[in-house]
Amino acid sequence: MIRLSEAQREAIRAHGAQEFPYECCGVLLGDVENRVKIVHEVRPLRNTFQPGAEFEEPASPQTDSSREAQEAVGRERRYLISPEEMLALMQEERRTKRKVLGFYHSHPNHPARPSKYDWEWAFPWYTYIIVSVLNGEPADMTAWQQDEDRQAFIPEEIQDF
Amino acid sequence: MAKVLIPTALQQYAGGTDELEIPGGTVKEVLSHLAERYPDLKKHLLNEKGELRHFVNIYKGAEDTRSLQGLQTPVGDNDELSIVPSIAGGTGTVERPAVGVPQPGRDGFGVIDTAREEAATLSNEEILRYSRHLILPEVGLEGQKKLKAAKVLCIGAGGLGSPLALYLAAAGVGTIGLVDFDAVDLTNLQRQIIHGTNDVGRPKLQSAIEAIKDINPNVEVIGFEDRFTSDNAMQIVRDFDIVVDGTDNFPTRYLTNDVCVLLGKPNVYGSIFRFEGQASVFWAEKGPCYRCLYPEPPPPGLVPSCAEGGVLGVLPGIVGCIQANEAIKLILGIGQPLIGRLLLFNALKMEFRPLRLRKDPNCPICGEHPTIHELIDYEQFCGIRGEETEPQPVEESEEITVRELKERMDRGEALTIIDVREPHEYAIARIPGTRLIPLGQVAERAVELDPNAEIILHCRSGKRSADALNQLKARGFKRLKNLKGGILAWSEEIDPTVPKY
Repeated sequence: MIRLSEAQREAIRAHGAQEFPYECCGVLLGDVENRVKIVHEVRPLRNTFQPGAEFEEPASPQTDSSREAQEAVGRERRYLISPEEMLALMQEERRTKRKVLGFYHSHPNHPARPSKYDWEWAFPWYTYIIVSVLNGEPADMTAWQQDEDRQAFIPEEIQDF
Repeated sequence: MAKVLIPTALQQYAGGTDELEIPGGTVKEVLSHLAERYPDLKKHLLNEKGELRHFVNIYKGAEDTRSLQGLQTPVGDNDELSIVPSIAGGTGTVERPAVGVPQPGRDGFGVIDTAREEAATLSNEEILRYSRHLILPEVGLEGQKKLKAAKVLCIGAGGLGSPLALYLAAAGVGTIGLVDFDAVDLTNLQRQIIHGTNDVGRPKLQSAIEAIKDINPNVEVIGFEDRFTSDNAMQIVRDFDIVVDGTDNFPTRYLTNDVCVLLGKPNVYGSIFRFEGQASVFWAEKGPCYRCLYPEPPPPGLVPSCAEGGVLGVLPGIVGCIQANEAIKLILGIGQPLIGRLLLFNALKMEFRPLRLRKDPNCPICGEHPTIHELIDYEQFCGIRGEETEPQPVEESEEITVRELKERMDRGEALTIIDVREPHEYAIARIPGTRLIPLGQVAERAVELDPNAEIILHCRSGKRSADALNQLKARGFKRLKNLKGGILAWSEEIDPTVPKY
């Protein structure tokens, strides 16, 4: 379960609307109390995805993401938070004691459900928030967590502050 | 020894710490030692070939080792390695199943065969009939065809099955299977809204099929007027895409769960008790099954049936509609189904509470090392022989009929008659000269009774009093009698002014 205030959710929506038609992305920072993630900061980050540069490796033999990756996809349908950015966040975590709880990104003109990509690239424990942005207007917001066996993406409850 | 920094996401697999000291001369060696020490961490870092997963980066200081010598990058003492996740994702060109393992040839959540879906056609009448579906972007013509191609099996045409079948029919589910061997009883009409007063005495299946066809003649209904048992369950379920559990007893619940796990079908679960309801979607391929939640059935007699515990009539209406909603979502492949979640509903507080459910790795049927590979004897598993139909066996010498009791009362005999029903039942109707000790209190209040005296026990129908009799017998009571047929028989044969309920 993850706790987000209305203002924080509004910030995510606004970022999604701002970056439309590209996917926006950002990080959720905060603490864990009694197994509930409490978000203290919603921080927008740059979508550093470059067409053609990544996503060459198919996640598993059963998927056809490799076929899809061959098409020229850009930031309209992919997001990437660079490892350098992530390293900086991990160092900040150690300094401030505030944890990276998860990430958010938007789905332009797409439902707020995780795609196969989202699932294949997901880490356990982190909360992945997805906001659907339809023609520039933010819509549905959902939260997901990777199941420990990497078999499923389990929906997570977003609790209000 | 190098210092290895672990991201929060993986700390639970690395002893809960964010920093480890691991020996090794190259990145490869360090990872190897790390995986050895923390085997759970391994699958998140390395793929089956032992290569670094595409979303895992190893940094030496501030440099990505992929731009150095990769796994052969030398690591010295005092070097700091960081395991850095690449956070990425996106949307596919075609919407694919997101929850669980994608299956070839299947769309949505992998429920309907795409070939069957493509073969489905809608007449002009159907297009007009479903127009309110078609104009929803999440449904559309494609979604309506999925509904038409779908085959949903409803186990039970009772409290839960009534609204379920009606709404599935209204939604245009192409084939609805119905399993119910029972006949409509007057007491059903308080909640089983698919049946009417004119149906009392008729088979529930007939009544339900007529109601479905009235709402939507385009629906094909396949009826099974048999008890759902281990002997026929596999053959029945095999041809359907989704099973909705609308049963009212534990043996059937476990049977339904097991057959769905074995056949890989989603099981839309709903249950009710007094003012509370539960709903979930058990689908072993993607989440927990019923046994993960309830590994063992409750002791027989502990959880009363609707007949014994009572239920607010509209409650199964609400839960059955939730089940219909989930089934439709599974077919259309939209929204978030209740896989891995148990929805608790309290009708009095008007509260919905979702509980996160985890798949049990030790589940005997859907876990990592299953021991159940075929259907079992569920009555035996639940410790009973037919919960709803046969009362606990009581010897003839331990029974007294209502006529015999009346005769003895008329002769002026001093009798000890214990009523084991609940206080609110006692308020509705009682037999004169009885004393109330509810069944749940019989064991502790046995001390109030003389074990050598003759004690007559009664309840509503004779089942609970038989239970009480056996409890007292086990405590050394010698002269117990069970009133055969209970207060219902008393009302029927002795005093019709006593209301039946």
